[in-house]
Amino acid sequence: MTATEAAPNGAALHVGRSLKRKEDPRLITGRARYVDDMTVPGLLHAAIVRSPEAHAMIVSIDSSAALAREDVELVLTGQDMTDLESPLPCAWVPPGTEIANAPHWALARGQVNHVGDPVAIVVGTDRYAVVDAAEEVLVEYESLPVIVDPRAALADGATLVHEDLGSNRVFEFSLGGGDVEAGLAEADVVVQREIVNHRTSGAPIEPRGVIADFRAGSLTIHSSTQVPHFVRLFLALQLGISEERIRAVAPEVGGGFGAKLQFYGEEVLLAYASRRLQRPIKWIETRSEHMQVAHHGRDQIATCRMGARQDGTITAFHVQITADLGAYLMLLTPVIPVLGAFVMGGCYAIPNVRTDITGVFTNKMSTDAIRGAGRPEATHMVEVMIDQLASELGMSPPAIRRKNFIPKESFPAEVATGVVYDSGDYHGSLDKLMGKLDVEAFKREQAELRGRGIYRGIGLSTYTEICGLAPSRIVGPSGLGLQTGLWESAMVRVHISGAVTVYSGASPHGQGLDTSFAQIVADRLGVDPEVVEVIHGDTGTGPQGLGTYGSRSLSVGGEAIARATAKVAEKAKAIVAHELEAAAQDIEVSGDRFSVRGSPDHGMSLAEVAGAAYIPENLPEGMEPGLEETTFYDPENFVFPFGAHAAIVDVDGETGKVAVARYIAVDDCGPAVNPMIIDGQIHGGITHAIGQALYERVHYDDDGQLVTGTFVDYSLPSAAEVPMFETDRTETPSPSNSLGVKGVGEAGTIGASAAVTNAVIDALRPLGVTFMNMPLTPMRVWEAIEEARGGVPA
Amino acid sequence: MIPTEFDYAAPESLDDALWLLGEGGEETRLLAGGHSLIPLMKLRVVVPTKLVDLRKVPGLDGMQREDGSWRIGAMTVHSELEHHPDLGLLSRAASTIADPQVRHCGTIGGSLAHGDPASDLPAVLLAAGGSVSAQGSGGPRTIEAADLFKDYMTTSVAPDEVITAVHVPALDGYGYGYQKFNRRAEDWAMVAVCALVYARDGVCEDVRVGLTHMASTPLRATAVEEALRGQPLYAGSIAEAAERAADATNPPGDLNATPAYKRHLARVLCQRALTEAAGLS
Repeated sequence: MTATEAAPNGAALHVGRSLKRKEDPRLITGRARYVDDMTVPGLLHAAIVRSPEAHAMIVSIDSSAALAREDVELVLTGQDMTDLESPLPCAWVPPGTEIANAPHWALARGQVNHVGDPVAIVVGTDRYAVVDAAEEVLVEYESLPVIVDPRAALADGATLVHEDLGSNRVFEFSLGGGDVEAGLAEADVVVQREIVNHRTSGAPIEPRGVIADFRAGSLTIHSSTQVPHFVRLFLALQLGISEERIRAVAPEVGGGFGAKLQFYGEEVLLAYASRRLQRPIKWIETRSEHMQVAHHGRDQIATCRMGARQDGTITAFHVQITADLGAYLMLLTPVIPVLGAFVMGGCYAIPNVRTDITGVFTNKMSTDAIRGAGRPEATHMVEVMIDQLASELGMSPPAIRRKNFIPKESFPAEVATGVVYDSGDYHGSLDKLMGKLDVEAFKREQAELRGRGIYRGIGLSTYTEICGLAPSRIVGPSGLGLQTGLWESAMVRVHISGAVTVYSGASPHGQGLDTSFAQIVADRLGVDPEVVEVIHGDTGTGPQGLGTYGSRSLSVGGEAIARATAKVAEKAKAIVAHELEAAAQDIEVSGDRFSVRGSPDHGMSLAEVAGAAYIPENLPEGMEPGLEETTFYDPENFVFPFGAHAAIVDVDGETGKVAVARYIAVDDCGPAVNPMIIDGQIHGGITHAIGQALYERVHYDDDGQLVTGTFVDYSLPSAAEVPMFETDRTETPSPSNSLGVKGVGEAGTIGASAAVTNAVIDALRPLGVTFMNMPLTPMRVWEAIEEARGGVPA
Repeated sequence: MIPTEFDYAAPESLDDALWLLGEGGEETRLLAGGHSLIPLMKLRVVVPTKLVDLRKVPGLDGMQREDGSWRIGAMTVHSELEHHPDLGLLSRAASTIADPQVRHCGTIGGSLAHGDPASDLPAVLLAAGGSVSAQGSGGPRTIEAADLFKDYMTTSVAPDEVITAVHVPALDGYGYGYQKFNRRAEDWAMVAVCALVYARDGVCEDVRVGLTHMASTPLRATAVEEALRGQPLYAGSIAEAAERAADATNPPGDLNATPAYKRHLARVLCQRALTEAAGLS
């Protein structure tokens, strides 16, 4: 089935238009309700006592002073919560692989393993008072040696994060195909580099927040999360509450970027304390807490070897990743590098590709999914390595890519890593990109700038990503080993007035999906998107769902909505056919009516159909009243968006400061549902990756202390640091779903860090610098220049 | 991110402010624009028991030319400096502070009293040879910029004193240059260099160079000034003088800049600032 065939009765009225986002009026005018905007009568407040030590035994906890305060109701420590059913979950149990895991409790039991590890919760009547009271909880620690370097953590005799495990090695996992050693032996040139993907933070504008309200045997929890259904399930398992007794709600969520694709200890603590006190409790994460204890991302060191014949044909790519997982395995911690390994061959027909991953415990916060989750790291490795190889071979970056692209005719294409790329036209997107570059102007400006001490460089990145996370058959328990299915659900309800409510199991938090979903539904039911309300993020309404992450919500959640809507439309057509005494197959949606093909005046509006469905005086024989349908959709394959990006950067040869002068992106996420929303996602994604390449870094010192604990030190780029983005698209429909869509939330982040890095390296070549790792901060660039000159920078 | 409990007062006269300041003891702090103090309170680095807000105190605003000098009320916000047509270097430096929101709240008096060596205005005041008027229980006094900055976030303004006005010599006829280096537009200076040059017939008759974030206080780059004063102004003399920009500095290092890198930056920025001030760029 192609997207064109699936479009309802030909022309789409709303899909494909840059409709203004339905979400924006409430967001822009401050009317949206985030967790911290909510209150409940009798609300208490919580603060968490956190470890200032990176690794220590807890000798004693004295909470008497805090408890003596009139404004404090409860103080809990790990020892007070031994009736929890289980530690916090890690959802990856790969068949046939040993994973060393240590229990991760919502409050530390006897030992803390990273700065910020929660030690106690203080609950009281006032938000300010509980923070003061938390300072009065006296915790005596006995410091243990600290290990922060993941490679040192693997050495014999290294300090152990979890003594009982006997090692810091969490697991070893390999993914790939062919024979990389044979492939490398065939190569005329082999390039080896150590590529570092440093640790980053998701840093959403709204930190986390929870209100737990346990009363009369039932729990309602509002949490700023991407995955309310997981929160409900895991709370049931942790607390021993039957699942139907829990309602989890993700209200307006001010960004997630993966940091809220998690089941956090604070969610357990709030629910537990609320059950104990039978009162509602709120906890709002501070920015300082977020930087410490909302999970981090990336943090992989990889030894990469890429080999090619003299003509540029790549024969093999081998990657050995040491993944710093931090102190505990959280929901998806160990599987993140594996997600990247699926696309380690990039857009290229490389016959031999293998990724060997070693996961390591250190005394740092856990890493887990941050926008792109493993795939930005993998793309960065492939795309930086291919430029290094091109330089070694004396080929141009576009030429080596074109030489190795999987040709358009080959799709669907099974690649060496075992996955089947569903669609692609890599030559097409690179050609379109090169057409926008104006290489002659670039060279002219480059020469002119050189006279002023500015080194201009250009870098490419051509990427494909594996996303639309699903399908259960591949990623589920007997496949990759995630202990869940990964389908999505939708319920479409037409009200008697003809208005439509859509319930999605996805949990959007800034992606504009309320609008995109409404556009899909509107076309199929002949209504205005304005009368299509999209409800999500509430386990108390609508069907089961799995949340928003992995660029899945349009290609999986949107497809589920399209299918549920198609079922509604089928029923509507049967009703119309019955009313008009026509054949159901002759009824089509035309404009705002269901009408008989060829006679558009002969038809009914959706409101009229709904009237007939809900006042069932003349329904077809045996038809149930009502007009609503539910669908669960589990795709057969992932989707594979792709694109070609170019960055043009200017490096100040004296100071090392990098400025991005131009950024051009040609992305392909299939047919555009809403081009403006796609542009917005691409802009944000590129900015995120420019952030990693040039500005952002989560850094711990040798004692395991977090150095970058505020936005002063954790340097998110602002609008002043990024250029006007030049975006364009190609549209290659995915065969995996009827919409042909492929997801775009992570594309910019996956494509951009390599483009920027390659551009900086290109700029620095005249100064003798041939390779650098991120972050490309002014000082690191200056040091690289000095080192290439033979100077001693320090 | 939540401060400890504190009292707050917003007196409507300088006398009341001084009385509150004296009565409250050492843990009482003055609140001007709040853009340095409040973040430190939220991090609980600074834990005052009382804030005395100066916003309602009359007489702390306005900018007037008095003979060869500008008198600038201590509560004048950075955006007013930025948009003033005749303040030259001070205006230029103020325009680089953080972002528009901060520039509409932060004040010149607050910035100088805070004494952060990474802030833009202290080195400008030092280079220009300005001073501040302070008033305390002992009456009014003038503190020269050279005597104002004592150590990291430590000034010679007494705990019971209020800076009421800032005096900046107009330095008519001086060319100026300001070179601030930071990673992001909104950041504090990693290093900044301000330069004032008075030239006649291509010869440097006077030069003043201020360094930001090259020690625990703002500094004058006296070695640079000595090297250039009386010399003909051209690229070579400027480059030679700028080589001494890091002499007698002691820059604090951090994650993004080692002392060596900051010394290098001081030399580069000094050369650029002098070139700009000399009108040679």
